[in-house]
Amino acid sequence: MSRQYETVIGLEVHVELATQTKIFCACSTAFGGEPNTHTCPVCTGMPGALPVLNKKVVEYAMAVGLATNCKITRHCKFDRKNYFYPDNPQNYQISQLYAPICRNGYVEIETESGSKKIGIHEIHMEEDAGKLIHDEWEDCSLVDYNRSGVPLIEIVSEPDMRSAEEVIAYLDKLRLIIQYLGASDCRLQEGSMRADVNLSVREAGAREFGTRTEMKNLNSFKAIARAIEGERARQIELLEEGKQVVQETRRWDDNKEASHAMRSKEDARDYRYFPEPDLPPVDISEEWIEEVRSRQPELRTEKLLRYQKEFGIPQYDAELLTESRKMAELFEAAAAICGNPKKVSNWLMVDTMRLLKENGQEPEELNISPEYLAKLVELTDSGAINSSVARKVFRHIFYENMDPEKYIEEKGLKTVNDESALRETIKRILEENPKSVSDYRNGKEKALGFLVGQTMKEMKGKANPEMVNRILKELLQ
Amino acid sequence: MGKIITDEMIDYVSILAKLNLSDSEKKAAGKDMERMLEYIDMLNELNTDGVEPMTHIFPISNVFREDREENGDSREKMLENAPEARDGMYRVPKTVEQ
Repeated sequence: MSRQYETVIGLEVHVELATQTKIFCACSTAFGGEPNTHTCPVCTGMPGALPVLNKKVVEYAMAVGLATNCKITRHCKFDRKNYFYPDNPQNYQISQLYAPICRNGYVEIETESGSKKIGIHEIHMEEDAGKLIHDEWEDCSLVDYNRSGVPLIEIVSEPDMRSAEEVIAYLDKLRLIIQYLGASDCRLQEGSMRADVNLSVREAGAREFGTRTEMKNLNSFKAIARAIEGERARQIELLEEGKQVVQETRRWDDNKEASHAMRSKEDARDYRYFPEPDLPPVDISEEWIEEVRSRQPELRTEKLLRYQKEFGIPQYDAELLTESRKMAELFEAAAAICGNPKKVSNWLMVDTMRLLKENGQEPEELNISPEYLAKLVELTDSGAINSSVARKVFRHIFYENMDPEKYIEEKGLKTVNDESALRETIKRILEENPKSVSDYRNGKEKALGFLVGQTMKEMKGKANPEMVNRILKELLQ
Repeated sequence: MGKIITDEMIDYVSILAKLNLSDSEKKAAGKDMERMLEYIDMLNELNTDGVEPMTHIFPISNVFREDREENGDSREKMLENAPEARDGMYRVPKTVEQ
């Protein structure tokens, strides 16, 4: 292959908003309800039912728009997108085409090759569809409308990305912004964040874009990276063979690591959009924008800098701590209670990360009270427990969110600081191990370690290691 | 005025509307649509220069609800609207999007 190709990628990202209720009715958005228990005439598309817009949806959409440097549309409207499919009981989806709530924004991403701005074309509000279950035995499908009407925002990027690495960096940036805003938990696996990839290739240096395809069904960062590589290779191969890329929607199958064209349902995509007559327009005043802006929490980029400046946390550590909002909140709360940010950071960076990895969990799943973590730091600082006991106690905090003080009390793990009792034990151990004693006295430093070990074993790990060392050395002289 | 509604257009619209029309139905539908367009064409005679497009009849905006859950579980009642139901769900002809 002699020609060089450039990949051009744009993303459509759907994010489920963290409201209590649906976008147009007062039904719950909670996950895991029995099928159709969160439905009403509005979200099942009954004739005559009227949608009423959830104010929180508008505010979340504005918050995301402001955090991604978008211009907020002052006079914004909804439109109907018409299509027939049983996941959509109204036969149309209420969305925004002509006057989306946010436009012309950007986010800045960091990759190995430096920082880069990725343009955001628009953000619009819309409703999610129901869920179809295809029956294996009977020739029918079953529909659950609990997700029907759950609020979504769709973030449409400009075709500014050139590699899988940039795409992942962009998605990660969006995820962090939106999580910190509290507008969504943005979990790819669970579908609260979904990305469709628009990809085309062109010869390096060409000015025109190639024909693009849209890839759906990407539910992990790994799947996205693989799909991008696969689609790039497929399109280049077509071009090299002198064939043409067909503009189509393709479905990625991550198990087969291949995509296939989704059957174009006999017709082109013709959604016959028109203005939604059931919803009056939304006028967004300058005051309202300012109100939402003033409520914006500290975002990741700002936290990253503050942790380094205020707490003296190294950049790498600060990046990890702010990788998830949950982790950052836990860190800040625990550090404020015990006044020792470095030690708190240490527990999070080392033990917490390791246990999360061992269990294949995400930081968002952490269930640790900051009070308990702070207490653990205090207990170790005061010498009430030694570091190996602390490790053990931490596991209980991690798994059961247990009060460390109570646990230590119950298990009798408090460090024995009673010097005379310790002295007696050590004396006995020296008598029982004359060989090690003479070894040490003959210059074998290693023998000391063995004697420390024996003492700790005898004390069931509860001795203060510094004290053990000091007494041993003293008695061995 | 020439024919605006072609046979291809009728076929296309019936695909979009998921309607299976017989030849005579297509013919009748074509005639109806032709008449509708002629009627709408009358509006084109009006001069609308400088008139802002209107999407809503009433001059209202910003009708909101607060984000408060008020609907309980009314599944049984909702499912009464279903042509067929099974296992608490709406039963429909098999549709698999490939």
